[in-house]
Amino acid sequence: MQGFKQSILVSIWFVFLTFPLMAVRVNTADRIVEWRWMNMLWVAVASFVLSYAWRYMLARKQARNKSEESGQQQGRVQVLLEDMGFRYRAMGVLLVLALIFPLVFDTYQNTIMISALIYVVLGLGLNISVGLAGLLDLGYVAFFGVGAYSYALLNHHFDLGFWAILPVGGILSCLFGVVLGFPILRLRGDYLAIVTLGFGMIFKVVLENWSDFTFGPSGIANIDKPGLFGIDMNIDGSTLYIYYIMIALVVFTILITNRLRNSRIGRAWIALREDEIACVAMGIDMARTKLSAYALGAFWAGMVGVLFAAKTTFINPASFTFMESAIILSIVVLGGMGSILGVILGAFILILLPEYMRAFSEYRMLAFGAAMVLMMIFRPQGIISNIRTKYEYKGLREETDNG
Amino acid sequence: MAEKHKLLEVKGLTMDFGGLRAVDSVSLDVCEGEIAALIGPNGAGKTTFFNCVTGIYTPTKGDILLHPKGLDTRRLNGLKPNRVTEMGLARTFQNIRLFADMTVLENVMIGRHCRTKSGIFRSILRSKGVRQEEQEIVEVSYQLLKKVGLADFANEFAKNLPYGAQRRLEIARAMATDPFLLLLDEPAAGMNPQETAELDQLICKISEQDRIAILLIEHDMKLVMNISNPIYVMEYGKKIAEGSPQQIKDNPKVIEAYLGEETDA
Amino acid sequence: MDYFLELFLGGLTRGSIYALIALGYTMVYGIIQLINFAHGEIYMIGAFVALIVAGICTIYGFAGISVLVLAAIAAIIYASAYGYTLEKIAYRPLRGAPRLSQLISAIGMSIFLQNYVLLAQTPDFLPFPSLIPEFAFMEPVAHIVGSSELVILMTTVITMILLTLLIKKTKIGKAMRATQQDMSMARLVGINVDRIISLTFVIGSALAAIGGVLVASYIGQVNFYIGFLAGVKAFTAAVLGGIGSVPGAVLGGLVLGWTESFAAGYVSSDYEDVFAFGLLVLILILRPAGLLGKARKQKV
Repeated sequence: MQGFKQSILVSIWFVFLTFPLMAVRVNTADRIVEWRWMNMLWVAVASFVLSYAWRYMLARKQARNKSEESGQQQGRVQVLLEDMGFRYRAMGVLLVLALIFPLVFDTYQNTIMISALIYVVLGLGLNISVGLAGLLDLGYVAFFGVGAYSYALLNHHFDLGFWAILPVGGILSCLFGVVLGFPILRLRGDYLAIVTLGFGMIFKVVLENWSDFTFGPSGIANIDKPGLFGIDMNIDGSTLYIYYIMIALVVFTILITNRLRNSRIGRAWIALREDEIACVAMGIDMARTKLSAYALGAFWAGMVGVLFAAKTTFINPASFTFMESAIILSIVVLGGMGSILGVILGAFILILLPEYMRAFSEYRMLAFGAAMVLMMIFRPQGIISNIRTKYEYKGLREETDNG
Repeated sequence: MAEKHKLLEVKGLTMDFGGLRAVDSVSLDVCEGEIAALIGPNGAGKTTFFNCVTGIYTPTKGDILLHPKGLDTRRLNGLKPNRVTEMGLARTFQNIRLFADMTVLENVMIGRHCRTKSGIFRSILRSKGVRQEEQEIVEVSYQLLKKVGLADFANEFAKNLPYGAQRRLEIARAMATDPFLLLLDEPAAGMNPQETAELDQLICKISEQDRIAILLIEHDMKLVMNISNPIYVMEYGKKIAEGSPQQIKDNPKVIEAYLGEETDA
Repeated sequence: MDYFLELFLGGLTRGSIYALIALGYTMVYGIIQLINFAHGEIYMIGAFVALIVAGICTIYGFAGISVLVLAAIAAIIYASAYGYTLEKIAYRPLRGAPRLSQLISAIGMSIFLQNYVLLAQTPDFLPFPSLIPEFAFMEPVAHIVGSSELVILMTTVITMILLTLLIKKTKIGKAMRATQQDMSMARLVGINVDRIISLTFVIGSALAAIGGVLVASYIGQVNFYIGFLAGVKAFTAAVLGGIGSVPGAVLGGLVLGWTESFAAGYVSSDYEDVFAFGLLVLILILRPAGLLGKARKQKV
């Protein structure tokens, strides 16, 4: 009964709160006021229902916190994922599915899939700095832009091909990351976030206004698609080709980031995220560790930026807005910070869902924003939380057997 | 062998925060083979002293000199904490600072970071040298866990360990950096008498077997009096006494400083 | 000289609005050490509510400065209500959570509110009715400073005086300062910390709403996206002055306003934003505590 009363109050509060924005729409130019009373009804009902859900979730979260204190309980999925054998088999199945995908579906589906895969790589790259090292980068899209523009410009001026620029784009944006990161990485986490946000915006302003170099807001068109021994390809063929390049790039990214994560460097990143002071007290050079995470994250964005330019054959500054950075960030946050599998899953959900549910796509950013808040409150570890790595060594088994 | 080899020599260390003088020209030595203790009431400036020595704060005045055996003397003032650790001086924290979302073993493995050197590219290629080094890290870390009695929990998350075990894990993690001097900040805080007794043994073992000198801050007088010599006493940022346990017990200044403090310890 | 004076006064006007918004950032940061990313959105919502009220009034034939006052009151009420709700939903459940989580929640809220207004209203720019008349006594200096600028400057000065009185003289202000110094201690002496935090959000939001109404009527148009840039700029101002410091926010706002105004006037208006962010980066690198801020040692 008390819950009912509370929900009624919440409902009234939200009706009041949303009244001017949801119920009224003024057109000051044509001098028309539009009243939308039905919206108020929706708000009332929705907030009533949601307040129940909200309280239920909060209560569950508290209960879970308590049970965690008395002993860790792991989900079944989590246990399954910690089994290496299962992980390899699952990866294999997914790879086969990815390889036969274009044989089953048409070019349109392939194009959508390519953009999802681009976000997979972007998410994995950002995951290095945000997920592993805990450096919140809000201007990540700038590195994507550096890659895309380096291919577009080098292709335009010097006619250089895709394969030559692919590593160059990565390295350039990596260098860009080092140069930017060097002065700012000693800043505290929240300052770092805002400075990277500033860099992202400066990058876009420069792209728009430095017309002699970047061709301004109109962008660069007629960028070459990736070549395959000079064979002419129609749209279907080149899409297919790009799709497979993209699959290879994703596999490459997963392989490398996974190796890095389980290396001495990767452990230092995670330690840095967990506790900076303890980390330096254990002899880890903070500046160098942060810089390596930041620059390596930038590297992937640069690589996939080259591919993006080659895929769309046209780029302009509008592709590199803060919203893109926000989408990539939500992929990492939703999927699970630090978890490679989680980020891949996050990218597919966030990119494909709005793509296939057209009615929903309008509400995409609204949902992303809400999801970021809700995830942080109710499931901060993301869909798939960080999987712990178990280390074994030769002598370990015998010793435990003996004594 | 008239004089013991001084490992750490702190001369006139002073630390100001704005107008507040947290540490006021404190001098202190730790010699080879010693378990030295730094005691004093809450807020006496002991942890600030530790933070100055380990490079987390840069002291306002004074000298912190490290004399590693067979190597040149190093002045630690103004060095970054990671450099201090590289020179062989490791520490634990009063309010446990473990890497909560890493496993117990990984926590110790982090300690090996500054004694290993695989870089980014070699880690990506995962060459034979890197794999060997990884094996070594795991092995050393595992041995350390055995020493502090946590080997069975190697693959648990650090945050799920009980309190006393977390303190021991901090010690193992610090030891993984191969120090010759270990600074322990209230290692027995929050432990029950049995755990404290075990810790007592562990500290002695580290001192005797590993030949690591120890400087500890502690409130548990029984532990301090049992194992440490010399003892330094701080109050209001100043050093008010130093000497053997017996000398400290009989020192009127110390008794005054501790009046009413010791009953609850 | 006139040109210089014009830029100076333009910068002052702009800067005083940055200061109004920056106060919200600084006050919230001072208490819970969180960058309230959604603060710019609160400002935008304030401007939008004002537009709706002013729009209805003008369509039904009312006009003049009284309509502006009415719109401002509505904007303040709604922005405060949004600020209060925002804190309750997105920040309170995360108190004590890692900073990164709080920050991400704040960014999520900012994106959410932006798109909420976009969907509920329109993606287009809406014209804001001009409600400030040209005062006759301003005639002689009208080529340098307009009546709108005068209204903005007067309003901000009065608002700042009221805020200072609130913080320095009232019991609430005392409780706010105590909470800022040491939250757990404040709780021990019987201050309802949760209420103080809510109140901080409400006051900060109200200030942002005032800024929103002033800008909307000055620039003459409103759109769902205005909060983002204004928010980042105001944050820059807050950091510039020393985050957590109220006079710092005002100083930072003015410095930023002048920098932008002079840079746009003498160098190039295309790169106005670059100057603002360049200033932010520089100040963070050279003097992270800001102009008036005190460096706080992190406790170990």
